[in-house]
Amino acid sequence: MSSLIWLILLSVALGGGALVLFLWSLQAGQYEDPEGAARRILFDP
Amino acid sequence: MSLAGVQGAEPLGLSSCLHCGLPSQGTKFCCPGCHAAYDVIHALGLGGYYASRLLDPAQRALKPEQAERTDLARRIVTAPDGTNTLTLAVDGLQCGACVWLIESILARQPDLQSARVNMTTRRLRLIWHGDPALAQQFCAAVEQLGYRLVPFDAACLYAAADATGSMLMRALAVAAFAAGNVMLISLGTWIGATQNMGPATRDLMHWVSALIAMPAIAYAGMAFYRSAFAALRHGRTNMDVPVSIGVVLVTSISLWQTIGGGTHAYFDSAVTLLFFLLVGRVLDHRARQRARATAEQLLILRATDVAVLQPDGTLHRVPPEHVALGARIVAAMGERIGVDGILLHRPALMDASLVTGEALPEKLQPGARVFAGTLNLGEAATVEATATGNATLLAECVRLIEAAEQARGRFVILADRVARLYAPAVHICAATTFLFWWVLLQRPFVASLLTAAAVLIVTCPCALALAVPAVQVIATSRLFRVGILLKSPTALERLARVDTIVFDKTGTLTDPILGLAVGTDPEQLRLAASLAAGSRHPLCRALVRAAGNVPPAPGVAEIPGRGMELQTPQGPVRLGSPAFCGVQDDETNVAGPRLCLSQPGRKVVSFRFREQLRPGAAEMVRSLRRRHLRLEILSGDHAGPVANIAAQLGDIPFLAEQSPVAKLHRIEELRAAGRNVLMAGDGLNDGPCLAAADVSASPASAADVSQTVADVVFQGQSLGPITIILGVARRAGMVMRQNLALSLCYNAVMLPLAMCGYVTPWLAAAAMSGSSLLVMANSARLARSKS
Repeated sequence: MSSLIWLILLSVALGGGALVLFLWSLQAGQYEDPEGAARRILFDP
Repeated sequence: MSLAGVQGAEPLGLSSCLHCGLPSQGTKFCCPGCHAAYDVIHALGLGGYYASRLLDPAQRALKPEQAERTDLARRIVTAPDGTNTLTLAVDGLQCGACVWLIESILARQPDLQSARVNMTTRRLRLIWHGDPALAQQFCAAVEQLGYRLVPFDAACLYAAADATGSMLMRALAVAAFAAGNVMLISLGTWIGATQNMGPATRDLMHWVSALIAMPAIAYAGMAFYRSAFAALRHGRTNMDVPVSIGVVLVTSISLWQTIGGGTHAYFDSAVTLLFFLLVGRVLDHRARQRARATAEQLLILRATDVAVLQPDGTLHRVPPEHVALGARIVAAMGERIGVDGILLHRPALMDASLVTGEALPEKLQPGARVFAGTLNLGEAATVEATATGNATLLAECVRLIEAAEQARGRFVILADRVARLYAPAVHICAATTFLFWWVLLQRPFVASLLTAAAVLIVTCPCALALAVPAVQVIATSRLFRVGILLKSPTALERLARVDTIVFDKTGTLTDPILGLAVGTDPEQLRLAASLAAGSRHPLCRALVRAAGNVPPAPGVAEIPGRGMELQTPQGPVRLGSPAFCGVQDDETNVAGPRLCLSQPGRKVVSFRFREQLRPGAAEMVRSLRRRHLRLEILSGDHAGPVANIAAQLGDIPFLAEQSPVAKLHRIEELRAAGRNVLMAGDGLNDGPCLAAADVSASPASAADVSQTVADVVFQGQSLGPITIILGVARRAGMVMRQNLALSLCYNAVMLPLAMCGYVTPWLAAAAMSGSSLLVMANSARLARSKS
């Protein structure tokens, strides 16, 4: 039973972590220029 | 979109400019501007640009031009700490290498803090400290390479509208997180139910589901609740009403089950439903946002400032709305006049086709009225502003448009019409089920309520709510790929019902660029075109187009207001007005505007221009007639030219010399007769009609107002897009109906099962996802069908 609780907590924490990361990347404007981001990697800074 | 490498071999022995890729006459560069740009790029050690770029023929060529300096100062946003921000629309971006080149060039500006190009929206954002006037220097650095920069208001529509986009994205993320986790836990309970899972464990699982699902449902469903609430408050109903009621009821019943330690909880169904619906919403929003941003970009790039004559004789460029009454405006040759006013000093040749619909330019005498949007074809003209801003003819048209838009009323989309019948039907079924089980079968209250809840869940209109948006997404992006911008969410459905098409003549059926009237000696035409290639005058552009791809001759000088001149060892070669070429200007001849070419020792030849049909016009009329659509021409031009065009297209009924109000009445008359009218027009005088018709289309060359009002904007010269739009709209309408039929079939099967109490949570979840996927798969067929 206690393993179940740990596993549930773990899965929620993993999912929640991914959610927070996604919201952060959205906030940071990482989806504002998908086309440019795809092409930028072809050029050295 | 085909991409051509600039360094590819030229099979016809023609050479192309090393910088812009346009044809050049055997030389490395087509013009000194390109040569200079090439040297600048190499001097900065950025020569790698040429090797890695791909030229996109759909974009403006990278040819440096004498830019009209616009007033940047007003567009710069200065923060209290002295940080300046300027956003500019970039014209001429070819590929990722251009982004790199612009950013690298700007990185060498010591004062600039950050320069970032957004390739998706084609915007450049500059951030720097200190003197705002540095903006000129930054822009000049980019413009010398051949890009064109136009500043625009950062508070423009795009940024505002995309608050919705990121709100939807956040909601989708939350729904995805919740759906994933709740589904994982629910799977445990479904399997546990067959493996003798204890009630304590099951309750724990339900509680965890509830804790994850409830905040997610409250947050992610906001868009639906808001829309449903707004509809209900106005006494209407739409697809979001049954969705909201379903989600809220299912969640409350599940919560109640969880508290009471019941066997069934449906949190997973509610969250998955929201997730699927949000996927549809986000895709739909993206596709249309892209179309709208592109349409906006077209307008921004055309926004021009007005040159105001200062007391000291200098010219100062300001936006049209900042011109004072009585100010004197100077319009150069080939420039549009930005205000209403009175012509001063000299007669001028003006093209008012965008304003009145008259195709041929008119010679105006001093004292004549000119309107905003008129194109100056002759020498630089001075105009005294008599009306600006709200008082112009333009503003008058905008008011007519607003009135017409209100009269059009709200079009009720197909899905909402279905929802009107569907929502009450579903809720009556659920209530009947409950009463039947509780009163007639004497079942316990809770069990009866659960069966009724199952009815609500399986009928939750997931597939139904996706039926229309899924099709819209695919149709919108499909049209986008061929340069057709669908701006309104309901345009597709309105287009599918069109049975009458009304065309404006000038600029819509006919080309905005005049055509060459009579056959001339090809050799002289090529010579004239090589002189004309350096000019932006409309007649020169028409000439260049008639001659095909002729490279500009080196050493041509443009004499403002008169013409082009090329010095040769034999003497000057001139292209321009008759007076410039030394012949009598026969004013009496109304056959159209003309350009003369004089060469040393040869007779002066003249090139006459007239209106010509847009390419694809005849094919379009034939194909529309095959579909039994009724066609009509409404024009502000004189009867003669309109009759001529109507006859060329195969005797289309026409009405000529129509004022904007008369045009509007005609559209209203047609609509009153029960016809579904598509109006295609480009002029200022068509604006009210575009707003009044059931659905409207404008070419990208149209007046700004018309383009803003139109539901559809199509790019390019050809009229072919009209046929494509109607074809895609018809097929989209068909697929939408199939989708609705599919989801109704699904309900017809699931509803009796649910009413009899056979539906358990896992069956509900599986059936719901299955029907959503089926509808999406059916919509995807639209992307693959031929146009």
